[in-house]
Amino acid sequence: MSRFDVEVRIKPRPGLLDPQGKAVHHALESLGYDGVSEAKVGRLIALTVEAGSEADARDRVEQMCRKLLANPVTEDFSLRVTEAPAVTDGDG
Amino acid sequence: MKVAVITFPGSNCDYDCYQALKTLGGFEPEFRWHRDEKLGDVDAVLLPGGFSYGDYLRSGAIARFSPIMEAVVEFARAGGPVAGICNGFQILCESGLLPGALLPNESLLFRSYDVHIRVETVRTPFTSAYERHQVLRIPIAHGDGNFHADDETLAELEGDDRIVFRYVDADGSLTPEANPNGSAHHIAGIVNASRNVLGMMPHPERAVEPVLGSTDGAGLFTSLRRHLEGAMA
Amino acid sequence: MTDPTTSPSPVTTDGGAVIPRPRPGDPEITAEVVEAHGLSAEEYERVLGILSRTPTFTELGIFSAMWSEHCGYKNSKRLLMLLPTEAPWVIQGPGENAGVIDVGDGLALAFKIESHNHPSAVEPYQGAATGVGGILRDIFTMGARPIAVLDSLRFGDLDSGRNRYLFAGVVKGVGDYGNCVGIPNIGGEVFFDRAYDGNPLVNAMALGLMKREDLIKGEASGVGNPIMAVGARTGRDGIHGATFASEELSEDSDESSRPQVQVGDPFTEKLLLEASLELIRSGHIVGIQDMGAAGVTSSASEMAGRAGSGVELEMADVPVREEGMTPYEILLSESQERMLVAAKAGREDEVRKILAKWELEAEVIGAVTDDGYFRILEDGEVVANIPALPLTDGCPTYEREGIEGEDVKEARRRDLSPVLEPEGDLTEPFMRLMGSPNVASKRWIYDQYDTTVRTSTVVRPGSDAGVVRLRGTRRAIAATTDCNGRFCWLNPREGAKAAVAEAARNLVCSGALPTAITNNLNFGNPLKPHIYHQLREAVLGMAEACSLFETPVTGGNVSLFNETDGKAIYPTPVVGMVGILDDVDHATRAAFQVEGDSIILLGETSEEIGGSEYLYREHGEVAGEAPSVDLLAERRLQHAVLGMIQKGHIRSAHDCSEGGLAAALAESAVSGERALGVDVQLHARIAPVALFFGESTGRVILSCSADEESRVLEIARSHGVPAQLIGRVGGTASPFSIRAPRGSIEIPVETLRERYFGTLPELMAQTAAEEVR
Repeated sequence: MSRFDVEVRIKPRPGLLDPQGKAVHHALESLGYDGVSEAKVGRLIALTVEAGSEADARDRVEQMCRKLLANPVTEDFSLRVTEAPAVTDGDG
Repeated sequence: MKVAVITFPGSNCDYDCYQALKTLGGFEPEFRWHRDEKLGDVDAVLLPGGFSYGDYLRSGAIARFSPIMEAVVEFARAGGPVAGICNGFQILCESGLLPGALLPNESLLFRSYDVHIRVETVRTPFTSAYERHQVLRIPIAHGDGNFHADDETLAELEGDDRIVFRYVDADGSLTPEANPNGSAHHIAGIVNASRNVLGMMPHPERAVEPVLGSTDGAGLFTSLRRHLEGAMA
Repeated sequence: MTDPTTSPSPVTTDGGAVIPRPRPGDPEITAEVVEAHGLSAEEYERVLGILSRTPTFTELGIFSAMWSEHCGYKNSKRLLMLLPTEAPWVIQGPGENAGVIDVGDGLALAFKIESHNHPSAVEPYQGAATGVGGILRDIFTMGARPIAVLDSLRFGDLDSGRNRYLFAGVVKGVGDYGNCVGIPNIGGEVFFDRAYDGNPLVNAMALGLMKREDLIKGEASGVGNPIMAVGARTGRDGIHGATFASEELSEDSDESSRPQVQVGDPFTEKLLLEASLELIRSGHIVGIQDMGAAGVTSSASEMAGRAGSGVELEMADVPVREEGMTPYEILLSESQERMLVAAKAGREDEVRKILAKWELEAEVIGAVTDDGYFRILEDGEVVANIPALPLTDGCPTYEREGIEGEDVKEARRRDLSPVLEPEGDLTEPFMRLMGSPNVASKRWIYDQYDTTVRTSTVVRPGSDAGVVRLRGTRRAIAATTDCNGRFCWLNPREGAKAAVAEAARNLVCSGALPTAITNNLNFGNPLKPHIYHQLREAVLGMAEACSLFETPVTGGNVSLFNETDGKAIYPTPVVGMVGILDDVDHATRAAFQVEGDSIILLGETSEEIGGSEYLYREHGEVAGEAPSVDLLAERRLQHAVLGMIQKGHIRSAHDCSEGGLAAALAESAVSGERALGVDVQLHARIAPVALFFGESTGRVILSCSADEESRVLEIARSHGVPAQLIGRVGGTASPFSIRAPRGSIEIPVETLRERYFGTLPELMAQTAAEEVR
């Protein structure tokens, strides 16, 4: 078994009203930052998982996303999987 | 008539629901703990408001995996009346018993005040004591009450008379200002296709005594009582 | 018996004989290190006297925390002793987590106010949220279930983006925390003035209800009883004191792992609340205390101090969130949502079981001893050993010289006669005043607060006081917070009296008998003579008013050193007052109720404009004499109004405060379910600016049916209270109209309503940019 760092990025689905994104967009405009055509606010969940392979890790986290971490009605998710650095003690 | 009130860690309207049932009479409310695996012998289930598990992931997302929820889903599938209020509505959507999702309020602010809602259908176990298009004044208190569903689902809800309450002004009109959270089609409450599972954002249990400023929420509970009496007769 | 492997056996012999060893890596105790810990040379001498040796670095940290103003009240204690604290209905006065009064029917009410000013200035959202969390814990550690919160806030003017950012963040923090725990917010106050630029005040008050017999205290008694840490784990949050000290503590932790900001977790708080109340009712514990400011140190030493016992704690057993924490860090951490519990010996597992039900941890970290020492171990090695009583009660207290500041003297002498000159149509300045955030509706704030959870709120925010019923009885409780900092700056003694009088008036107008207060003394640096003068005068004024109104002080909080760039805030002695309604049906609101009702003004309007909102908004000044306070007249007025309410003669009652008589009439006109016009004719021949906008104290606006009019006037007269019929409540289409011999105001009531409710939302619509920062 190896350890993998998995970053789960969760974003509102395209076309979904995203009040937080709208507020950020509006704020950027009012601060004078032109040329931002869209802003979306989502969540980033960082997991460290034990798995036999990278594909295995990805597979398991995708299941987690579908079951709990993302709401399929309103959210899309994407994953970034990297092998975790060597285990150190005191990871708290 | 036995009504189970479910307590999740972070529920904070469980006691209010319990008290409303006691105050209105004719009910024997009983608390059920989220770790319970059985509902026991009950006639209806209430999922109260609050912040189950802090609503830290998404409102209602973690509570739906509580052991008790399997029993609630089973009870609902068998036709038992289930009502989710506020966080309870969010849990019902997350668990798939109701369609759609509740997003953050359009204003991004928590909203707590009395709203007016219009009874859109009396063909449910929870609204038969009201008149169709009756306007109720009932408090809301939520940050994530912005009902969202895709167009197909919304059309289905409309077509099947499954929208139970809509936000309106005091005169019953669908003005933009009357919608406190940006909900699609002004939706404040819906039922499932078999009409036994209700989800609503406003808090009827907070409007059951004159001293609280409104008794307009009492009809929801008297409807339920009437329904259960009918079912038993 | 306690498990010997997790709980050190109590030392019952001469505890003082144990001399702690300095830990490797501890800084040497030099004069600089002592100074950086905020101890004066004199205080350090006393430390040496108590220990008869040099303290270890850990011990120095302990003394520094316990002898800080926050825990030791060293600059305020001698003044606080002047406040009345006793009455037959007071069950618990100052010195515990919260005050407790008897409210009848076998019930007791715990209540307290506390400040979170500095944390809110650094991070408004978390600062305010953790402020609410802390005050709720103070209530439920007494055995009471929280039933309401109030918030008393001060900010600089809202034309600054920074102030809007602070304001929005604080309101969201107060709201999110209380909403999640499920405690209704029933009122409070907010005030904006440049004096609070850079130094906002966030004072949170909470009320809780219990059966009298469920009262429990923060005492650690019974030798051998285990001390348990309960709730959240301990991290490096908000470790007090000089940053260099903590930086040098353990070299393996970088800056980012040392958050100065405490983060609130209301979900854990809700679980802790339920678990604590269950624990208290279970009979498995002898004492419980919040780990608030100065964390384990203050909670454990105070619990020992109160019980006259000692404690011995093993730092290695404290559940921590981070690796490598030193005893110094563990002892001084201000991580939130933690409790210290003195359990009964042998009941540890029962305690753990209750906590586990609520998904929380409980660990034995030590035991009660009988040697009177506060002793800290690290892996069995003693690292601190201090006599508990001198630590908690031996902090030197100071009485300083106080002299009134020259700037205040000058401001008071200012000739304000030109200000009083305008006559005729004063509608425009009136509408500007209604658009001041100090006068305009605070709905933008309380719409973000859950005000109706617990289904007991009878009068919600927006009236003179909040009212909650006591389920199962006829009774209800009313609560309010009040203080006009401008009055207190111009004249701290009169200003403090005015704060007590206004709080009592607000309760009476809501139908309650004022019963007791909790106070939050927010001041600048007391080492400066003019600040010490303010503090002393305010306490004297408060003492006088509280004695007369029979509203003893049952506890509170002192927040000093509220200064930015050497400039102090206004002296702001916030009064949080509670009152009792014998019958919930007496609950009365400020809003006019019925068209055609008579409007009656009680009290005297003097030709005074000093310290008013009008003067600040129209002339940018805080000057003149603060309105005088006639406490005896005030008491007569309040007796009269309460009698009228209890006998059912009147339909609304509203106190006159910021913005004067005109603003008070406007509030009564527009704050009901539908805005109603008024037709008022005043006869006083004083300058209309003073008549309309002056802030004379001791005035109430009533409405009653025409049938009751003569009876109401008669009751007022029999109490010796000046009373006049000044007009009638109009309909929804009537104008808001006030006429006087030398001036008038007239405006459509709908326009007035829009200004009153629209001001704050409009101002805050500009905050989008700041909010997401």
